[in-house]
Amino acid sequence: MAIRARRSFSIKTQPGFTTIAMACFFLLYLPIATLVVYAFNSGESVAVWQGFSLRWFQSAWQNSLVQEAAWRSFLVAGFAAALATICATMAAIATTRTVNYPGLTFKYAFINQPLMVPEIVTAVALLIFFSRIKVWTGYTGIGYLVLAHTAFCIPFAYLPIRARLENMDLTLERAAADLYAPPWQAFRRVTLPLLTPGIIAGFMLAFVISLDDVVITEFVKSPGQETLPTYMLGQLRRVVTPEINAISAAFLALSLLLVTAFFFLNRKKS
Amino acid sequence: MGSDSAAIDVRGVSRIFKGAGQDEVRALDNVSVAIRQNEFFTLLGPSGCGKTTLLRLIAGFDFPTEGEIRLYGEDIAALPPYKRPVNTVFQNYALFPHMTVAQNIGFGLEMLGKLKEEIAARVAEMLALVRMSELKDRRTSQISGGQQQRVALARALAPRPKVLLLDEPLSALDFKLRKDMQIELKRLQHETGITFIFVTHDQEEALTMSDRIAVMNKGRILQVGSPQDIYVRPSERFVANFIGDTNFLKARAVGAKGGKVKLDLSSGGSLSADLPPEGLSVGEVTVVVRPENASISEIKGSDFAGNVENIVYFGTDTHVHLKLADGLPFIVRQQNSAGSTAAVKIGDKVGVSVVPGTAKVIRD
Repeated sequence: MAIRARRSFSIKTQPGFTTIAMACFFLLYLPIATLVVYAFNSGESVAVWQGFSLRWFQSAWQNSLVQEAAWRSFLVAGFAAALATICATMAAIATTRTVNYPGLTFKYAFINQPLMVPEIVTAVALLIFFSRIKVWTGYTGIGYLVLAHTAFCIPFAYLPIRARLENMDLTLERAAADLYAPPWQAFRRVTLPLLTPGIIAGFMLAFVISLDDVVITEFVKSPGQETLPTYMLGQLRRVVTPEINAISAAFLALSLLLVTAFFFLNRKKS
Repeated sequence: MGSDSAAIDVRGVSRIFKGAGQDEVRALDNVSVAIRQNEFFTLLGPSGCGKTTLLRLIAGFDFPTEGEIRLYGEDIAALPPYKRPVNTVFQNYALFPHMTVAQNIGFGLEMLGKLKEEIAARVAEMLALVRMSELKDRRTSQISGGQQQRVALARALAPRPKVLLLDEPLSALDFKLRKDMQIELKRLQHETGITFIFVTHDQEEALTMSDRIAVMNKGRILQVGSPQDIYVRPSERFVANFIGDTNFLKARAVGAKGGKVKLDLSSGGSLSADLPPEGLSVGEVTVVVRPENASISEIKGSDFAGNVENIVYFGTDTHVHLKLADGLPFIVRQQNSAGSTAAVKIGDKVGVSVVPGTAKVIRD
């Protein structure tokens, strides 16, 4: 045992490991930490500290443009995540509860395609595609954003749901069938309850991904349909005040909350 | 055998899996067997022999490529599992982890659309039958392996299936628990009067529990019979070898008389053996002798002779390993009760006497 431990390669013992690791954490988190700290700045500057205050949180909270953008963001993320989760659940069941057949790998790739296509390409494509539809139908509402977000959220919702389905003991469904449950009942009474943590995880992941999308939203949105990220982008082009920091900090807190919840839900399965 | 009296009548069933390219695997090859009502029937064989495939076909998790499966005369081979009055106890139990013990047991009845009161009464009855009443509100993850086993049994028995299928249900239990469950299973089968089809690779388990056994190998049923039949009159080498310890001898038939055949052994010496039911082929034949049916004796007056190669002490008995003149090994099992053991030592040339009527000629 001792010999084996000495022989085995451990990255921790390599020279410079600690330095590099520290540098990575530093580069990753220092900017974010600075951003959060300056959200509490009482002055007008995002670079000069003038004392602690919650005024920018207050100002952001009372800003009707922020309110409107935030509400729209949640609306789009909520609907898109819900639609994406439904599609992803169906896709996950269709691709796991089947015997392997030629073309199945292709379907995996097809479902996960939005992860691979450059976002800007999707954005431009959707811009052109939707502008035609806007002309034909005259509808310019929020539906386009929901549809676009649904499309790129599907793979994110799909992955945790599929992982959960693959880890599920198939004999449970067989046992349900053996005990006189027709396929729909077996799904409703056995598969679905056991799949629920995966579905919730998928939904939350999709929700977070939708919430912070800029590129596709920027291209697809009709005039006046700012979401929180595109609003912030717009603000950066004008006067930068710590209000942006405050919004970012709040956003970060929410994302952290959701991702942490996702982590715990996913961990519970094992 | 009248097929209408059979609980399960498997007729000419094959299950062929298509492999890569032109390859095909015959998991079951033209299998026919009739399983009687109320019997404890065991499918016995090594892994990959097709026993589990046959069980899956009866349960409805898979469908035969050819042939019929009749349940009391009705062909069920094409029915989905939820339409067959047959329940399964799975190897890993497959209890629903999000339900309590009682909910698990009631699931089948609920799916059959039984009334709430009826389900509650039957669940209570089943809990009592498997002695699990006090644990009915536990989650299945909160009970031990042996308890899970009993819940799986209760769940499968609750809807009163016409046939209960058991897929190596004892293999996950430790030795002591397995012995207890063997007795428990026999008791349950007796009390419920349901036909049990039990799959195992454990020959001892099969011998102790079954009314009848089907020995399987390579997708075929080699022999069907009571444990005594199979042990005393194995039909061929594989069966004899798979069940219990056996000695094989090479011989040539030199004359038959009244169901007995006189054999000249290739090791020298001669033996009288029972004829196989299908008659005797010309030329060299194989004879089986169980180690407990042979004894060490003086060379003079013995059936044949051999050299002692090894002596292994087992407590209740001692195994004397011999090498015969033709090079074949032969084991004699001697009981260690006082005075019955001939004193032999390694290197001795000794005679072997076989209890008359216990040597059998088999298909090779």
